[in-house]
Amino acid sequence: MGNVPSAVKHCLSYQQLLREHLWIGDSVAGALDPAQISVLINLHCFQPYVCGFSVSLAGSVACIHWETSQLSGLPEFVKIVEVGPRDGLQNEKVIVPTDIKIEFINRLSQTGLSVIEVTSFVSSRWVPQMADHTEVMKGIHQYPGVRYPVLTPNLQGFHRAVAAGATEISVFGAASESFSKKNINCSIEESMGKFEEVVKSARHMNIPARGYVSCALGCPYEGIITPQKVTEVSKRLYSMGCYEISLGDTIGVGTPGSMKRMLESVMKEIPLGALAVHCHDTYGQALANILTALQMGINVVDSAVSGLGGCPYAKGASGNVATEDLIYMLNGLGLNTGVNLYKVMEAGDFICKAVNKTTNSKVAQASFHA
Amino acid sequence: MAAMTKALPRRLVGLASLRAVSTSSMDTLPKRVKIVEVGPRDGLQNEKNIVSTPLKIKLIDMLSEAGLSVIEATSFVSPKWVPQMADHAEVLKGIQKFPGITYPVLTPNLKGFEAAVAAGAKEVAIFGAASELFTKKNINCSMEESFQRFDAILKAAQSANISVRGYVSCVLGCPYEGKISPAKVAEVTKKLYSMGCYEISLGDTIGVGTPGIMKDMLSAVMLEVPPAALAVHCHDTYGQALANTLVALQMGVSVVDSSVAGLGGCPYAQGASGNLATEDLVYMLEGLGIHTGVNLQKLLEAGNFICQALNRKTSSKVAQATCKL
Repeated sequence: MGNVPSAVKHCLSYQQLLREHLWIGDSVAGALDPAQISVLINLHCFQPYVCGFSVSLAGSVACIHWETSQLSGLPEFVKIVEVGPRDGLQNEKVIVPTDIKIEFINRLSQTGLSVIEVTSFVSSRWVPQMADHTEVMKGIHQYPGVRYPVLTPNLQGFHRAVAAGATEISVFGAASESFSKKNINCSIEESMGKFEEVVKSARHMNIPARGYVSCALGCPYEGIITPQKVTEVSKRLYSMGCYEISLGDTIGVGTPGSMKRMLESVMKEIPLGALAVHCHDTYGQALANILTALQMGINVVDSAVSGLGGCPYAKGASGNVATEDLIYMLNGLGLNTGVNLYKVMEAGDFICKAVNKTTNSKVAQASFHA
Repeated sequence: MAAMTKALPRRLVGLASLRAVSTSSMDTLPKRVKIVEVGPRDGLQNEKNIVSTPLKIKLIDMLSEAGLSVIEATSFVSPKWVPQMADHAEVLKGIQKFPGITYPVLTPNLKGFEAAVAAGAKEVAIFGAASELFTKKNINCSMEESFQRFDAILKAAQSANISVRGYVSCVLGCPYEGKISPAKVAEVTKKLYSMGCYEISLGDTIGVGTPGIMKDMLSAVMLEVPPAALAVHCHDTYGQALANTLVALQMGVSVVDSSVAGLGGCPYAQGASGNLATEDLVYMLEGLGIHTGVNLQKLLEAGNFICQALNRKTSSKVAQATCKL
């Protein structure tokens, strides 16, 4: 910055810039509703722009489209898998009441997100936050066009999930023997056996199963994880019937180079369309790693609203990549997500107040105070 | 710094070996990147709490020991506008000048330039913008008038054998004008380069840019100015800084500005973050096998030091993850 007078704190036009860059209205997710428009108009800086992008006003509804050339080789559409209610909350210290969880998920359902991971049918002894899995699953409003997968670590969890109304499930493997032992108390081989039971039962009932591979770019116990190992585990999950494999940088240690090498290896065995990335932002590398994955053709990305969830392996560290920041980048790249960033920020604001924490999303930090 | 040495519990593998996983660089990336540390100037300038002169000097000395080769020390601007930089002459005179490290200072006008030279400056920086409105609001003159001021400085600098670095603000968006055309950025960059700036730092001043826009802007600029003379200065206001920096590296830029601990907020978005954190940048570059010359551990110590002095938490995720709270 140059000689910025410290008196300059706000700029009304900045609100306009926010709107332009956040691309908060689009034809897929639905245009801004009248209430939102009146808020913007009250900021009295709503001026139609003509250079570089088009603004069309139709009645009280406005769609602002940001036209930009894409980076070459990027996918046209990116599916965001929202893991805030599960991966996010699971790593939050404050136990969130069931009704708040339900309200949170219902709000997320109205943002345009098409996949929202609801809860985990795991023993409450291990994960107290998820003790109310059945109530949450039964309590949420299942919007048409939105899928609500749940984690099912074993057959028992799977049956409970189905009884509670689950129509999609996930299983969690790891590319590290030590992590598998410490996390789910069995070897990778033993875990695959369990998952096979679950996935087979799921397929029998026409329930899709998603597979996760943890520690894809590094392990808190073993350190280096070879791309070959990640490929091996991913292939196991894929061939047993998982329709999609989410490759997780569980402790966020990966960088674009390691992401690239891991994906190159996995993509030799598993079709691009069946892969997703799940990046943690523990070392601030998540968006750069996700960009790398996108450049390689991956078009499914996991994230958590407000960057919920810390890291159990690095006290004080951050966890998931924030959905808001991800959407901001995807919008800027001209990639279609179907998600309304404004509404996601509102859902994020809601849950942060409920768990009494400040958001980890930079977009939210910049927007709510401006 | 007892907390620092015990930062990583024994059961967790050290950062070094984890980073060793990703040593080979991606195809088009540079082998070396020069990091321009702007924490003491751009960072502190945007911090509310005034830092005493001795603490500023200590910070810069710690950064010198961390292996950074360029550390922007201060700004010779009127204290009326930027009270944090009122002690510019004392700071520049007080710091240890390590061999091999340059300590550029900002000089908005000839008067500031002369004061800087008198205080021992060997390199200066001038601040332009790709936006007419921003120039008016920021330095109270038109873009054309700003070039005239810069011309005076460049001529004087040339006579005195002093290098001049040029900055272009608002390259990916302006808080007043909104969208900024890549052609405009290219025009301003070319002007500064042809006037004699050896390097031009392209700044996403309010952090609104995203990788595609960064690419468009750089494509336009690189038609006019060689990549080797370019740097990027990304703000992390919307969390996009590292992704934007990565794209710049993929396009051949090999100089990146950053600020230890991600110091500095954003005067245009209250509560928002500011600069890209040097620690997080170094983490990525080392993971990519790119040489920086920076000792991350010492850098973390410098960040820890200044955050305590400012009584604030670090904005660096690497620091958050490695320091016990």
